[in-house]
Amino acid sequence: MNQDIFVVAEHLKGSVEDVTYELLGKGRELAGSTGGKLVAVLMGSGAEGLAGSLGAADKVIYVDHPALENFNPEAYAAALADVVKANNPGLVLVPNTSMGMDLAASLSVRNDLPLVAYAIDVAIDGGNAVATSQLYGGKVNAESVLEGDTVAVSVLAGSFPADAGKKDGAPDVEKAAAPGELDNLKVRFKQLIEPEGGDVDITAQEILVSVGRGIQSDENLPMVEELAEALGGAVSASRPIIDNKWLPKTRQVGKSGLKVKPKLYLCLGISGAPEHIEGMKDAELIIAINTDESAPIFEHAHYGSTEDLFDIVPALTEKLKG
Amino acid sequence: MNIIVPIKMVPDLVDELEINEDGTDLDRDFLSYKLNEFDDHALEEALQLKEEGDATVTVIAFDGEETDKALFTAIAKGADNAVKITGDFEEGTASHVLAKALAEAIKGMDYDLILTGVQAADDRDGQVGVLLANYLGVPHVSVVSGVTLSGNTATVHKEYAGGMMAEFEVDLPAVLGIQAARETPRYAPVSRVRQIMRQAELEEVEVGDVDVNVGSEVRRMFTPEAGEGAEMIEGDAEEVADKILEILKEKGVR
Ligand SMILES: Cc1cc2nc3c(=O)[nH]c(=O)nc-3n(C[C@H](O)[C@H](O)[C@H](O)COP(=O)(O)OP(=O)(O)OC[C@H]3O[C@@H](n4cnc5c(N)ncnc54)[C@H](O)[C@@H]3O)c2cc1C
Repeated sequence: MNQDIFVVAEHLKGSVEDVTYELLGKGRELAGSTGGKLVAVLMGSGAEGLAGSLGAADKVIYVDHPALENFNPEAYAAALADVVKANNPGLVLVPNTSMGMDLAASLSVRNDLPLVAYAIDVAIDGGNAVATSQLYGGKVNAESVLEGDTVAVSVLAGSFPADAGKKDGAPDVEKAAAPGELDNLKVRFKQLIEPEGGDVDITAQEILVSVGRGIQSDENLPMVEELAEALGGAVSASRPIIDNKWLPKTRQVGKSGLKVKPKLYLCLGISGAPEHIEGMKDAELIIAINTDESAPIFEHAHYGSTEDLFDIVPALTEKLKG
Repeated sequence: MNIIVPIKMVPDLVDELEINEDGTDLDRDFLSYKLNEFDDHALEEALQLKEEGDATVTVIAFDGEETDKALFTAIAKGADNAVKITGDFEEGTASHVLAKALAEAIKGMDYDLILTGVQAADDRDGQVGVLLANYLGVPHVSVVSGVTLSGNTATVHKEYAGGMMAEFEVDLPAVLGIQAARETPRYAPVSRVRQIMRQAELEEVEVGDVDVNVGSEVRRMFTPEAGEGAEMIEGDAEEVADKILEILKEKGVR
């Protein structure tokens, strides 16, 4: 593997996303063991100023083009492929986010380099990158060795502390030319659509009772509402509950929902898929009720029970009221 | 409008998953398989597009555990054609290999749109949809939860964090990685699936060895210790409820 560590910088609405700092922090450590440089790849339009918030990197490679103003799967993939081809880094770290999912696999095919996705850890071992992926809904981890001069790993958000990657000071900025492909794109960005406001702001609640697919039917939701009320909190949910239209999108916790940090997160019938964990793992107290003792939620909860939620919920509500 | 939906069977995550003797893969002897849930959403979105306008829906899957049943079920739900890819693609095959083989199978077909599930529980080396799009040389957008067709373009909504979405216009043919269909995926009654199994036929396409550099190998697979973090509360529901109240008082939440 070559020595330099590249980090793809993700930004939205003019600011760098936290996952970028998480990767820069880890990238710094990895560059320490390869003896290479830590380089951030920034793509945008008139966004050179963002380089000033990437001080943890030794250098920023910046590609500027109108088509890069907002994320665009085709334009960003083309620009990233060119930068990687021209610089031959050892390891390219891409966030395993919505944007990164479009980029990492494209880079792998365009540049014919190995990719491992869903990483929660990355290390250098015997000159190769080794990535630990979280698979099967968080039930199994796989440690993969990547072989090649240049390899790519896409990393789940929240895997490393962001603080280690935040540093003031402007790194050197090297401008790279935008590929010609950007003048003739088959994917065109139209607009950003802001989330709708909801009745309850779950990010402001101190107590959340969160339901998952284990609740079986929307007819069982009133029971959960009653418990939340008895606790003085609100009801939030995992994604399938929102996809089923049983609760509004504003109640969704997780990767594509909201990040919450309540004093109490009581989860009922939620398996603990990585995409859900991303949204609640920083809650102060997590109590999980799930009949599957091997459910990944128990790796993240402080307290757990494998009793049936349909028994626990009424029992708890009654005690709270009585 | 021809829509292709590649579907894949994955281990049922409700089961306890065990690791094989060399510690490099699941112990697949006693696994039960089911359709990847996001593929079910991709199929539903395809069927919705079909019902909205003039489209045919073709589902395609690699031969393996439960494949026939999944393909017949898709027909029972409203798909027009079902194709089974035969060849050397056992469960656990790398995403790069599957995507390349799918590209081989699909490239001769007449298609405008390919809808895949956004990801699968076992796609360790990347999401098949994005890899497939790149092998076919067509544009893609993943994490999509809204598709509108008009002429030769699709307008799609890509989900970001916190409920934010980006709207893109994509020239067809294209691959879209579906996160959620506009409606909850429909259900096909077992009796209907049985009837289809007797009547319908699966088309078979053979794909030989594909030339692709995966470049990574699993050296260790392990289950994170269950309950590693959580202190498990023993007892029946009443006892558990009492203990929870105690914890809440102790932590000052009550
Ligand atoms: C790009 C992307 C983004 C995503 N974003 C999010 C997100 O923001 N938020 C999110 O939540 N998911 C998200 N997901 C989906 C995620 O992958 C999982 O599919 C989802 O979190 C599963 O929800 P669940 O735990 O409710 O359901 P399941 O995984 O089906 O779990 C249900 C659980 O209930 C338990 N159970 C069943 N009956 C009972 C009972 N009677 N008592 C107690 N327990 C019971 C079962 O043991 C099981 O563990 C995303 C996926 C992708 C691909």
